[in-house]
Amino acid sequence: MKRSKPERQTRRALHQLQRLMARAVMRPLTRRGRMQVKWIDGRPAEIVVSQFIKQNDRLTSFERLEIYNRQYWFRLRDCFYDDYPGLRAVLGDKPFEQLADEYLEKNPSQSYTLRNLGSRLVKFLAVNPRLTAPHSELALDLARLEWAHIEAFDNAAERQLKVGDLSGLDAAKIRLRLQPHLTLLKLEHVVADFLIGIKKQAGLRNEASNAMEQNRHHSRVRAVRGLKRRVNFLAVHRYQDGVYYKPLEPGQFVLLSALQKGATLEAACAKLARLKLAGDPGATVRQWFANWAALGWFCGLKPSK
Amino acid sequence: MPANPFNHFTDYGIGIGLRVPHYDHILSEKPTVDWFEIISENFMCDGGRPLKILDQILEQYRVVQHGVSMYFGSPGKPDREHLRKLKRLVRRTKTPWLSDHLCWGSVDGRYTHDLLPMPYTFAAARVTAQKIREVRDFLEVPVCVENVSSYAEFHVSEMTEWEFLNEVVERADCGILLDVNNIYVSSRNHSFNPFDYVNDVPAQRVAQIHIAGHSKFRKYILDTHDHPVIDPVWKLYERAIQRVGRTATLLEWDDRIPSFNEVHGEALKANQFLQRLENETLKA
Repeated sequence: MKRSKPERQTRRALHQLQRLMARAVMRPLTRRGRMQVKWIDGRPAEIVVSQFIKQNDRLTSFERLEIYNRQYWFRLRDCFYDDYPGLRAVLGDKPFEQLADEYLEKNPSQSYTLRNLGSRLVKFLAVNPRLTAPHSELALDLARLEWAHIEAFDNAAERQLKVGDLSGLDAAKIRLRLQPHLTLLKLEHVVADFLIGIKKQAGLRNEASNAMEQNRHHSRVRAVRGLKRRVNFLAVHRYQDGVYYKPLEPGQFVLLSALQKGATLEAACAKLARLKLAGDPGATVRQWFANWAALGWFCGLKPSK
Repeated sequence: MPANPFNHFTDYGIGIGLRVPHYDHILSEKPTVDWFEIISENFMCDGGRPLKILDQILEQYRVVQHGVSMYFGSPGKPDREHLRKLKRLVRRTKTPWLSDHLCWGSVDGRYTHDLLPMPYTFAAARVTAQKIREVRDFLEVPVCVENVSSYAEFHVSEMTEWEFLNEVVERADCGILLDVNNIYVSSRNHSFNPFDYVNDVPAQRVAQIHIAGHSKFRKYILDTHDHPVIDPVWKLYERAIQRVGRTATLLEWDDRIPSFNEVHGEALKANQFLQRLENETLKA
């Protein structure tokens, strides 16, 4: 092993340098897509950056750091384009980019994987309707559906519940667990078919090794208007490795939501009493359960409270 | 019996990165490929199509894992959930070694998703080596670190990049994934002789070599993995294998990805250099 020289930089100084650089890399770009010329405290960024980054014979310290600053935003925006094509189609290009930038600035990634980049978007949109006005409710519906799609795509599929797992148990008292890839949605607009159409070309997420992003050209979209407003219910789930949006009846949504929240079978079914199911309610509910079991939606039992 | 714990994957030959646009071709045509490198993060999920595809690939091919988000040089302990998922994938793929980058990319729980350059200091080498050891001990598989392309240098650096690489791998006792394209890109961006780098790398620690293309701009070069390998990079590759011997070699092509055959054909160009090396060895 080489003989080490005395250390000049401490571990703490290293951490401070990395914190400083990360702050610079993650700062929003200007409207023209460049690094901001003023530092956070108002000083010229060139002066601040030159204190820790060397210049060379072609680029100033500022220009060298700017490469990383721009790459950061190009990469994250690209990920957002891939994950939220429906939202982009509804908002149009410019408002979508503005939304992405503001969301990412306030919600920097806290995960090692870009897959989770949008995990806080629904909450963010709910408290920032100005960014999606005048289509805020529609935008919220799409953001929820597109996040549910991501969850359905690669969340776990656990072992399906078998009839034998229930033997000897009091059926009324059991608490069924639903698959982690299943999300139940109550939406204000009919957006499923719209998103299916848009996603036809979508592929798998693919992170690349060491490759720097170029500012990719995304084909422009004309903002979509007039998607039908009607309360509707969906189960977003995975079946045989495909993601599906299964329409649910109101009673199905009520029942599944109750089960997902941990209600016993008896308590969940009791919530149907208010809905007045047509025909033979018992037969209807049995048929629902048969379908859901065939889709593999039940994956175990929650412990009794 | 391997000459050393790292550089003995000589039979791995020439592989390419497994990329989405090639899935259908690979699964339907089953082309002969020595091995595939996967980006670990693309398969560190709990279910769904990515794992199904991976299992189908594993039935036919050897797979080696390459990561992009371990950030050995970032402050703090490795993320436990990340490690657990990575270990689960290691068990699935049975990767003979695992690589990630000699860089940092996160701080205080925030991720840049970029491979940021290290300040080449002894303190940074110590922090990085410690993390590499922790990751290796948890994963129970040999770990190799890859040199990255960089676009900035720090005033605080106390040594060259290759001296830093040596310092880290000696302290961590780990292997090297030598990316000769990254050496070329950084040499142009920072005005050093790339052969000085290749000549100084501890040959016995090189487990794998990366080759790739890049994009030239007026004042700098970007490592974009969207072009064929250029001649100066092949020359570096030739020099590298002269030093380290026949070594598992992989072509990365991540953007504007052409057909499978084009990518594989580009990778197989490495054979002429390996053959030349073999001939020279026989003559000697």
